[in-house]
Amino acid sequence: MYKYDENDRRIVLERAAQFKSQVERRLTGALKEEEFRPLRLQNGLYLQLHAYMLRVAVPYGLMSSTQMRMLSHIASKYDRGYGHMTTRQNIQFNWPKLDDVPSILDDLASVEMHAIQTSGNCIRNISADQFAGVIADEVVDPRPYAEIMRQWSTFHPEFAYLPRKFKFAFTGATTDRAAVQFHDIGFHALKNDAGEVGFKIYVGGGMGRTPMIGKVVSEFVPEKDLLLYTEAIMRVYNQFGRRDNKYKARIKILVHEMKLEEFTRRVEDEFTALLEEGGLPLDQAEIDRVAAYFVDPAYEDLPEKSASLDQNLADNRDFSFWYRQNVLTHKKTGYAIVNLSLKKPGVPPGDLTDVQMLAIADLADKYSFGEIRSTHEQNLVLADVRKDDLFDLWGALSTSGFADPNIGTLQDMICCPGLDFCTLANARSIPIADKITSRFDDMDYLYDLGELKLKMSGCINACGHHHVGHIGILGVNKKGTELYQITLGGSAGDDASVGKIMGPGFDEDGIVPALEKILATYIDLREDGEEFLATYRRVGMTPFKETLYANH
Amino acid sequence: MQIIKDKAIVEDQWVHFDGQGDLPDGDLIVSLDVWQTRANELKGRRVGLQLEPDQHPKDIRDELANFELIAINFPTFMDGRGYSYAKILRDRFGFEGEIRAVGDVMRDQMFYMQRCGFTAYEVKEGRDIHDAIKAFDDFSVKYQVSADEHTPIYRRR
Repeated sequence: MYKYDENDRRIVLERAAQFKSQVERRLTGALKEEEFRPLRLQNGLYLQLHAYMLRVAVPYGLMSSTQMRMLSHIASKYDRGYGHMTTRQNIQFNWPKLDDVPSILDDLASVEMHAIQTSGNCIRNISADQFAGVIADEVVDPRPYAEIMRQWSTFHPEFAYLPRKFKFAFTGATTDRAAVQFHDIGFHALKNDAGEVGFKIYVGGGMGRTPMIGKVVSEFVPEKDLLLYTEAIMRVYNQFGRRDNKYKARIKILVHEMKLEEFTRRVEDEFTALLEEGGLPLDQAEIDRVAAYFVDPAYEDLPEKSASLDQNLADNRDFSFWYRQNVLTHKKTGYAIVNLSLKKPGVPPGDLTDVQMLAIADLADKYSFGEIRSTHEQNLVLADVRKDDLFDLWGALSTSGFADPNIGTLQDMICCPGLDFCTLANARSIPIADKITSRFDDMDYLYDLGELKLKMSGCINACGHHHVGHIGILGVNKKGTELYQITLGGSAGDDASVGKIMGPGFDEDGIVPALEKILATYIDLREDGEEFLATYRRVGMTPFKETLYANH
Repeated sequence: MQIIKDKAIVEDQWVHFDGQGDLPDGDLIVSLDVWQTRANELKGRRVGLQLEPDQHPKDIRDELANFELIAINFPTFMDGRGYSYAKILRDRFGFEGEIRAVGDVMRDQMFYMQRCGFTAYEVKEGRDIHDAIKAFDDFSVKYQVSADEHTPIYRRR
């Protein structure tokens, strides 16, 4: 992974010092809270219901074991012994004290980490395909470009006070796992007919109150123009994005109101002007320099088949379920990609303890070249595991609590922190998630249901991505009662779609029976081998609705 | 009044004129409205023009030669349009005079402002100008090309 040089190191240290001064000025009253607020947000520090929350950046979801150990240290020293993986591949701590935050930032800086731009109306930390560099369907490894973009967007002087927050995502595979069509800008790295690398760029996707699928602003921007073209988009948005209403301030509204053609024309004009002013293309030498940090680790030459793996799969039913559900094919013969599930009944989705963090760091060192990835579905990944080691790793993961064989199933739900932590939420999410994972804990039933993306948000801001759940749940508050609305048919993948609301919501006792009815309808209607989303798209909302509201 | 100019604290040589009554003596900073309605009187004077966030520099491009100074107002520091305006004035329109930040101007925005081409700052009332001037030292490394750094980081590594 990328290693900081002197410049990168200095910038995070200087940021820590700057933020320390801001905290001091806040504590003396020299900064008012409303002035401090945007500053602390641009450093990932929120004031939640009960305490501050610090969101630490995990650029494009990549971490070293050393960094994971530091996160463990922070969780135990400054927090209540745990952290929470977010839907943007970051990690957040729910209980730091304001006075401790400068020390936490120093600790983070010592392992090349920071909380820069994990919140605020700026370009946020960048997310990417969690399987970048290791998955067979990849065309271009997006990580070098995501890193170049991380540096370019860090403290960008022109784009620190945008109309609203701004999120980038990168993928370079044929299958989109980064939801690039649901970001303010989605970068899809690909190659043209001449074999040159470039980006298909989507603009104006997003969730929140007004979910929209991103629109293509350019089919192919050559890699050398990546930064300049992005600058052009950002400048158009910074000047013309709405600032009169925060709910209409995202770029998706600008693109929608201006119409794609006009927006694209302005971006192209701006891009041309930037070139005429002597805007610099990205040097190939720089792309090569950064890409050198992402070359393959020292893989061994291994045979396709692992005799010990096959033996253990034949002998151990639990292991074979886990293997089938949580392990993916690696591009390199003899290796596998292992998903670590952070979803289990009794634990908020995405939470992990300081002890678990240490265990993961050790396992990463032992089995996966010391690297760990986080996913936007709130799980972790060890991306480079020898097939020969899978059985031993499974044993260790079982001990630490990461081996629930539920990746991609109904239990693998995305969930926001909800009313238990969040000032924006209208309803609780975590207790509902727990009811659901506890009720649907029969693995045979879950496997029979197949791939089913269940996503839940505790309010309309959609941090739990309910709009793109095959089944989505949205918590609302109606006259003091928490109600849960159900949507069907969303997808964050290549076949992007926004889910549709079924009808009136259910209270917390009604939501599980409602899901039961929906799932029963699916099982009833599906054709051979047909996944939930395909069935829904074939039969539409009506049969689901009729069963769900039959007695109403 | 003291302002920060070219990274030093100096006595301001300019006077803001709101258009009420007779033109005062001295070098005047006026709004676009005053500039347009009292152009004849202002002829021959050293004039600075103040732009609001919804007044784009492209609309005064042809008149830029009349101004020694462009002031960009930040009614609230959360409105970041002025950063793009300063960049455009410098890089696109080749404006070489003073670009001054006025309004909700505080220490924590000034580092970004100078990177975008601002050279003068009327620090918000009630704020310590001696504290504010420290902003320029916040960072010694800059990732992006901008008004104060013409070589991208990747050619300086």
